[in-house]
Amino acid sequence: MSESQLVAAESNVLPRTGHTTEASVAPTYVVPDAVLALADRPLDPRRRIHPGRWITSAVVIALVAWLAVKLGTNPKLGWSAFAQFFASRIMLDGLIVTLELTFVGQLVATVVGVVLAACGESRNPVLTAFARGYVWFFRSVPLIVQILTWYNLAIVFPVLAIGVPFTSLHLQGSTNAIITPFLAAVLALGLHEAAYMAEIVRAGIAAVPRGQLLAASSIGLTRRQTLRRIVLPQTLRVVIPPTGNQLIGLLKACALVSVIGGDELLTTAQRIYAVNYKTIALLLVVSTWYLILTSVLSVGQHYLERWVDRDMRGGNRGEGSSVPSLGLRLRRNLNPLSFGRGEDSEL
Amino acid sequence: MSSDVVDAQPRSAAFGAWLSAAPMVEVINVHKSFGQTSVLAGVNLSVRQGEVVCIIGPSGSGKSTLLRLINHLESPDRGLVRVAGEIIGYEVVNDRLRERSEQDIARQRSQIGMVFQEFNLFSHLTALENVALGPIRVLRTPAGVARDEARTLLSRVGLRHRLHAYPASLSGGEQQRVSIARALALRPAVMLFDEPTSALDPERVDEVLEVIKSLAASGMTMIIVTHEIAFARDVAETVVFIDGGTVVEAGPCRSILTNPHHERTREFLKRVE
Repeated sequence: MSESQLVAAESNVLPRTGHTTEASVAPTYVVPDAVLALADRPLDPRRRIHPGRWITSAVVIALVAWLAVKLGTNPKLGWSAFAQFFASRIMLDGLIVTLELTFVGQLVATVVGVVLAACGESRNPVLTAFARGYVWFFRSVPLIVQILTWYNLAIVFPVLAIGVPFTSLHLQGSTNAIITPFLAAVLALGLHEAAYMAEIVRAGIAAVPRGQLLAASSIGLTRRQTLRRIVLPQTLRVVIPPTGNQLIGLLKACALVSVIGGDELLTTAQRIYAVNYKTIALLLVVSTWYLILTSVLSVGQHYLERWVDRDMRGGNRGEGSSVPSLGLRLRRNLNPLSFGRGEDSEL
Repeated sequence: MSSDVVDAQPRSAAFGAWLSAAPMVEVINVHKSFGQTSVLAGVNLSVRQGEVVCIIGPSGSGKSTLLRLINHLESPDRGLVRVAGEIIGYEVVNDRLRERSEQDIARQRSQIGMVFQEFNLFSHLTALENVALGPIRVLRTPAGVARDEARTLLSRVGLRHRLHAYPASLSGGEQQRVSIARALALRPAVMLFDEPTSALDPERVDEVLEVIKSLAASGMTMIIVTHEIAFARDVAETVVFIDGGTVVEAGPCRSILTNPHHERTREFLKRVE
């Protein structure tokens, strides 16, 4: 800025006199060279010191260190048991069952949830009422009650049969033989989760702008084609973040299956510590595995969201990616307070 | 066409003659209310094949509703719409109008191209996929052929270099040109434009108007709701002035825009120009 004559508008500087004749002569003033030089000078690079932050940091670090030392040096905790069982054959089998329950359960939940959401969008009032009733029922009954109910189904239906009505063609078997703890767990987890998935998909459908539906109609797509080709693909962006949270919630909910002896991580741990009494060490084994699995899923969720968001990136609408950073994602999912139905809250 | 059997049973020879009469689009005594608000109160409109009609009028006068009635995005409370030899949304059974099946209405809509003020491009699809979707899913054109045709159409609207761009990365003018190509891909008998330049930045208006103009020159039948009086003067053969839910005045472009008969038309033109 070589020419230092900056002229400010009259109204910013001078009070109006009320004389209209004077307003025609625009008064000017000059910005002092000292101010211009100040504006041109680079910032002082020294950062401010925040004593409050240092003190709280020190307190927190001390607390964590103390806890770590106490845990690490406690002979009763049984770190040798931790090391012995962490990657043991029997524990890994439990880990595999947990993973199977999670993914099969989520698969059931996703399929049933999308079907329920589609029913909710139907013009058939019976279908919409059914979808609403399903969500009401399966969200209202505690998951642990549903697990126990499925497991004990044989009490009310001792025989399960599938066949063609009015003919003698059918297959049947004892309920106790068919509903294994694993199947009971998958049904309970999947059908319970489906109610939440239905709500997530419903919210996703509601978020699709009305103009998209008008445009789909105008090119001659039917309602079903519109749902399949236009609406559902566009719900992905909205549906994937809460679904990731649900999946992680489901993973953790697998521990509930221990009430029916489902052979997953916690059941396995319980069986071991029932014999050797290293209760905390084995619970730590379970916790460590959950931490690892949750972290891996969080990372996967981050990259999945980036991929789904690809058509919105580089847009000229001014908004950046809506995907939270990997760090935030990890912090959110590992937050002990967010157990259960993870709402999408910032920490 | 599945409905021909029904439509080919007119009660009288006069009905059959009317069905195949010359006008490409005919709107007869259409009424439409939303709740207590009457939007259209007895609108009549007739558009010849290849004619370009501009509909002008104050906001809230029912122009957009009229367009949506023509492709049955809204259904009329009373009256009927005929496009390309078929009654839209209804078939004649025992001398009465009965609602058509969903598939049939979808087929009829596919023959009436519609361009929206807000473009409404499918945001999860690229420009090319937006244009090819209709032919593939509605006309059952093989995907390869549909994509080739989409490429040709997008070149025609000057977007050969943006085939694989998602809508969010296109400017408003580019999006609107894609949406015109999307409608054209279904080889419509008529094109409807609902204020196609109102949502555009001023410097983007001309590129869209140029495309519409070249379409007019190619002989496409078009009904255009617009605020651009200068454009209407340029492209329209017929101008229809709508106010208060009825057609106040309709006639050749020059006479309506330069020498309107009605006081309301005169006032409107004075206000917008």
